[in-house]
Amino acid sequence: MASKKHRILQRKIICMALFFAIVPLSSLGLTIYYQFRVAYTTRIMQDLKNMAENRQHTIAIFLKERTAQLSLLVDGYTFNRLKDQEGLEEAFSSLQRHSRSFVDLGVIDADGRHLAYVGPYNLKKQNYRDTDWFNLALVNDKYISDVFMGFRKVPHFIIAVRGWSGDKPWILRATINSEVFDNIVGSAQVGENGDAFIINKEGILQTKPRSGGNVLEQSEYSGLIKAGFGNRVAMKGIGGEKALFATRWIKDKTWLLVIKQSPQHELRPLTIARFISIVVFVGGFFVILLSGFFITRLMMARLIQSEREKAALDDRLIQSSKMAALGKLAAGIAHEVNNPLAVIKEKAGWIQDLLEEEDVANSVNFKEFSDSLDKIDRHVERARKVTHRLLGFARRMEPMNERVNVNRVLDETISFLENEAKFNNIAILTDYFEELPETMSDSAQLQQVFLNILDNAIDAIGKNGEVKIQTTYNSEEKYIAVLFFDNGPGIPEEVQKKIFDPFYTTREVGKGTGLGLSISYSIMEKLGGRISVDSQDGHGTVFTIILPMKKG
Amino acid sequence: MPEFNVLVVDDEEDFRDTLVKRLRKRNLDVQGVESGQKALELLDKVRFDVVILDVKMPGIDGVETLQEIKRKKPLIEVIMLTGHGSVEMGIQGMKLGAFEYVMKPADIDGLMEKMRRACKKKFFHEEKIRQTKEP
Repeated sequence: MASKKHRILQRKIICMALFFAIVPLSSLGLTIYYQFRVAYTTRIMQDLKNMAENRQHTIAIFLKERTAQLSLLVDGYTFNRLKDQEGLEEAFSSLQRHSRSFVDLGVIDADGRHLAYVGPYNLKKQNYRDTDWFNLALVNDKYISDVFMGFRKVPHFIIAVRGWSGDKPWILRATINSEVFDNIVGSAQVGENGDAFIINKEGILQTKPRSGGNVLEQSEYSGLIKAGFGNRVAMKGIGGEKALFATRWIKDKTWLLVIKQSPQHELRPLTIARFISIVVFVGGFFVILLSGFFITRLMMARLIQSEREKAALDDRLIQSSKMAALGKLAAGIAHEVNNPLAVIKEKAGWIQDLLEEEDVANSVNFKEFSDSLDKIDRHVERARKVTHRLLGFARRMEPMNERVNVNRVLDETISFLENEAKFNNIAILTDYFEELPETMSDSAQLQQVFLNILDNAIDAIGKNGEVKIQTTYNSEEKYIAVLFFDNGPGIPEEVQKKIFDPFYTTREVGKGTGLGLSISYSIMEKLGGRISVDSQDGHGTVFTIILPMKKG
Repeated sequence: MPEFNVLVVDDEEDFRDTLVKRLRKRNLDVQGVESGQKALELLDKVRFDVVILDVKMPGIDGVETLQEIKRKKPLIEVIMLTGHGSVEMGIQGMKLGAFEYVMKPADIDGLMEKMRRACKKKFFHEEKIRQTKEP
């Protein structure tokens, strides 16, 4: 039922409601999500950093303790005692009593000769003069090497402590148990994909990462050193995969401890939060859309209804102002026409009088004169009737105020038309509300209205049909309604609009003045009531008279 | 010897003249004037039995003229001539002592009939007055 204008308005309101609801909704959602992400990421980073610091600390202590143990041996035993195989074995077993961190132990003199060795490998005859670590160990009190293959062809690293025999240096060298060391580092491998390993400054792996790669190979994460990672925690994409990295320098900044966490695992709550916020947003969107739709539909229905009521009111106002204007016009015309009519009638009468003179009566055209005068007289009479009705329509006579029984007035009116109806085989049926209360009105004027409607109904039916008259009483709104149904041909819609206009008639010229219904209309207005028509072309017509209930 | 004397007062000359002519043809002594003022002046000089008085005239209108006539000559019967729009004035005129009112355009026979009845009434009154004076 909504027109295009209403649909456009409805769409505008929905769009506006959506806009004003969705902007705050989405900004709220985004802000909360963003704040949550920042807070959560900060916490994750902090945890990661703590873990890295913790591991750094543990490794530092481990290396320091191992170095201290070796220093104790160097200080506690003499060179001569240690270069002796038995003495070294004793020292090694005392070391192993405290921890299983050492794999082997060797004593090397300043020329690189392996003087004594305890351990699983056969290295006693080796000369270390040309190895890098040996030359570095000679110039340092304590030295911890990077991982290397060495003579045993297995990746390992050693701790070397320099002692002095007179003015000649010697070296006590121990290999660290890779398993023990790897465990210390690997304990930072948390979660499903968490990884922890050590690379040296060149990016060479010093411990075995969980995710693949072997010790002494170039690490795929060597880029971290180039990217300036020192003691840092950050998200970094390497090899097309983004991950959280926490790095710490250890062993005098020669090794970098790398702890890696996959964001998929650590940031899963964030993904869930994002998913939930999207779901809530989409749900909210649809709720707003639906409510907007229903609210505007309700509003539109009210709007359409009030517009329709307003249009009906406007129609009535237009009709009644039209009536008032036409009434004045009609009265003016009636007056102006009536005087010449009176003169014409008198002149015709005078000629008529003169026709009785003897000489005129003998005239050959006497009959023509007489006939013409009759015609003039008849048409003056016809014109007089028109002006009379016009004045009746325009008359500003105050209606009488008497007790009126509408049913009885109807009965009286029907009796006037009964013969005509019977002649045309039209039945007039009545369906009265028996206890219809009396109201204060003007029975003569009401009768004129009823007569006009009934006359029209009989005229519309022509022959063979029926007119039904129904009266009802609405006790709530205090009015009497009289309905006239006829099963005539009905009134086309364009005719319905003009039906109450004065001089509008569908009858042939001379048969009707076109004033009946306009007079009825102004009478009903004067009586404080209403007259309306409802008709479907081809299905008969209903005239409804609404008369207010007035107590005398 | 005419039946009775009539004065027609109407501002519409064509109407007045024709009506005067037609009434004269019906053997009445008729005169016509165009205003209430002239009618009152003429009433002082000439005796009339019936006055036919248009209610709508310039100058003194029909109702005022009627009141003046009734004040001067209470026995003269007045028939008001009204248009459709001035029926109320006709009714008012009857309340003020007019014998009858007739709507324009008037039917001559109806008018004659009414004038005869008015005259009869006047003559009856005059007879009564004469009888009360005589003894």
